[in-house]
Amino acid sequence: MSRLEMKFSELRGLNKAALVTFITAGDPSPDITVPLMHALVDAGSDVIELGVPFSDPMADGPVIQAASERALAAGVTTTDVIELIRGFRENDKSTPIVLMGYLNPIEIMGYEDFASSIADAGADGIIVVDMPPEEGVELGGVLKAQGIDNVHLLAPTSTADRIRLVCDDASGFIYYVSLRGVTGAATLDLGEVRSRLAAIRVHTNLPLGVGFGIDSPAAAAEAAEFADAVIVGTALVRIVAENSDSPETLIRKASAFIESMSSAMDLAARNEAAAE
Amino acid sequence: MSVVEPILNYEYPDEKGHFGPYGGIFVAETLMHALDELNRTYQRFKCDPDFLDRFDQDLKHYVGRPSPLYFAQRLTAHCKGARIFLKREDLNHTGAHKINNTVGQALLAQHLGKPRIIAETGAGQHGVASATVAARLGLECVVYMGSEDIIRQSSNVYRMKLLGAEVVPVTSGSKTLKDALNEALRDWVANVDSTFYIIGTVAGPHPYPEMVRDFNSVIGREARQQILEQAGRLPDVLVACVGGGSNAMGLFYPFITDESVLLHGVEAAGEGLDTGRHAAPLNAGKVGVLHGQRTYLMEDENGQIIQTHSVSAGLDYPGVGPEHAWLKDIGRAQYSAATDIEALEAFHLLTRLEGIIPALESSHALAHALKLAPTMAEDQIIIVNLSGRGDKDIHTVARIEGIDV
Repeated sequence: MSRLEMKFSELRGLNKAALVTFITAGDPSPDITVPLMHALVDAGSDVIELGVPFSDPMADGPVIQAASERALAAGVTTTDVIELIRGFRENDKSTPIVLMGYLNPIEIMGYEDFASSIADAGADGIIVVDMPPEEGVELGGVLKAQGIDNVHLLAPTSTADRIRLVCDDASGFIYYVSLRGVTGAATLDLGEVRSRLAAIRVHTNLPLGVGFGIDSPAAAAEAAEFADAVIVGTALVRIVAENSDSPETLIRKASAFIESMSSAMDLAARNEAAAE
Repeated sequence: MSVVEPILNYEYPDEKGHFGPYGGIFVAETLMHALDELNRTYQRFKCDPDFLDRFDQDLKHYVGRPSPLYFAQRLTAHCKGARIFLKREDLNHTGAHKINNTVGQALLAQHLGKPRIIAETGAGQHGVASATVAARLGLECVVYMGSEDIIRQSSNVYRMKLLGAEVVPVTSGSKTLKDALNEALRDWVANVDSTFYIIGTVAGPHPYPEMVRDFNSVIGREARQQILEQAGRLPDVLVACVGGGSNAMGLFYPFITDESVLLHGVEAAGEGLDTGRHAAPLNAGKVGVLHGQRTYLMEDENGQIIQTHSVSAGLDYPGVGPEHAWLKDIGRAQYSAATDIEALEAFHLLTRLEGIIPALESSHALAHALKLAPTMAEDQIIIVNLSGRGDKDIHTVARIEGIDV
């Protein structure tokens, strides 16, 4: 059983949704990434989503693009990201790590090299944002051979045909993009998300995560009612950006924010259990 | 001159948008539906006689086509070699070939009922062309432009504003064309229901490379007919500058099965290919994936896209249309590069010898023709795509020469 499967099965037993926290590897500097990952887990994060810096992150909003730019300015390479994963795994054998990145830095390394390196370092899954299933047959095969879950996105605009195609190709979990926009855009209509998730469940048994626009404990708690995972990205990266000159403050504030998310989700789960 | 393999059937892209290993659709799921809808619409309308008739009428009465094919007598005499003809895309409405494509895409936007168009622009020519057709059709228009380019091309920024477009400065990344493209894609993701994204070159995800090529291929269709009328034979070489590569594809495509016609694309060598400060991915780049397509890119050893440099903002793009990548690999076209200095020399030479001020982009093609013509016989023919006029560039040229205009 993969780390992701184990985590989701454990949380299902507790009737809880997973809290997935996103940071960009090496933002604002490589030294802070591993301590920050451990702090996020201590604060209640169930899965770490680790952004691989890219110069042209076209599906991300300005906050996450700026995180990529800070990491690149600090000289972070894909090889460095792999070493950060290895560093984290020295003290945490169980928390799943899902990478999020774009295809070009993977292609230049070569699919085989990349997949075996991240697997060896202890990564569990990857979201390649600009790689739809249609173009991803070769990469998909290589990832599978290395036991890396191929996490795909679904969007509010995905048609029934596309939902089937994406669900058939995906593993680990499905990441539902809950907003029509880039990461960190506009406001969220959770009612619509709830009904879309129900439509997707018809096609897959994979856990369904909701991301894009989850920026408060209340939104996290509400999404946790109907999603298997709640993904917090932009709101967390903003805290990193605002405190990039002080590692201690950064870690303290990021931890406090994730704790508030986690407690709100726990409370919602207890209330739901009590109501049943 | 290399021997070209016979190409009797050239049917690219395939239905998934591939030119051999290049092209394709590499975008986030959030855009897949919009691209699918656009592709289905385009595949239907490209064979629809009513749509094509409307497009032809607009090219004739609004753009001012056909553009002349002009024999540059004094330039030819100067080079002492092949006869040089100029395809005068600079005489189009708005001053460049870009309007051909925007007229076509705006008609599609209208057919799809989208009230809002967005565009990215580098030199500003595509932004002006998009703002122009938006004004004419009464569509809202937002143009994304790198803040560096806004400084370099302030008169085009003002033209877009006069035309009623909103020009949004892009301050992320290198603050140039590639970042404007990223920003426009983000806008499209967020506003896909109401918005049509007019990409200005033969790059991006399928169907853009095919569609932009097709709308610009009026250049080559006219040139082929005009040279047969004026010279009684096909040309020996076609020369066009290549940034994304839309004016080059537009000229080349109707000649693609004419094996005797050599196709020469000219990239921007900037300060020199060996300096690293250039915009010549076909000459000095590597294959990768950016902006929805697989193609040659300017990238570092970690796959990060690197800053390009060219005196001409319109060539300052780290990628190139996937069809050019394919034509290079199969040897149907060859790609060289001209430096900033060579382009500026050609700019001045054409201005003085023919009374035509060329765009700095087109000056790269001219610079290559100036090298090529003396090596050819006097009965041979070169057609250079004069893709745009240089009025927009006079401030850049003056600044380089230390003159305050």
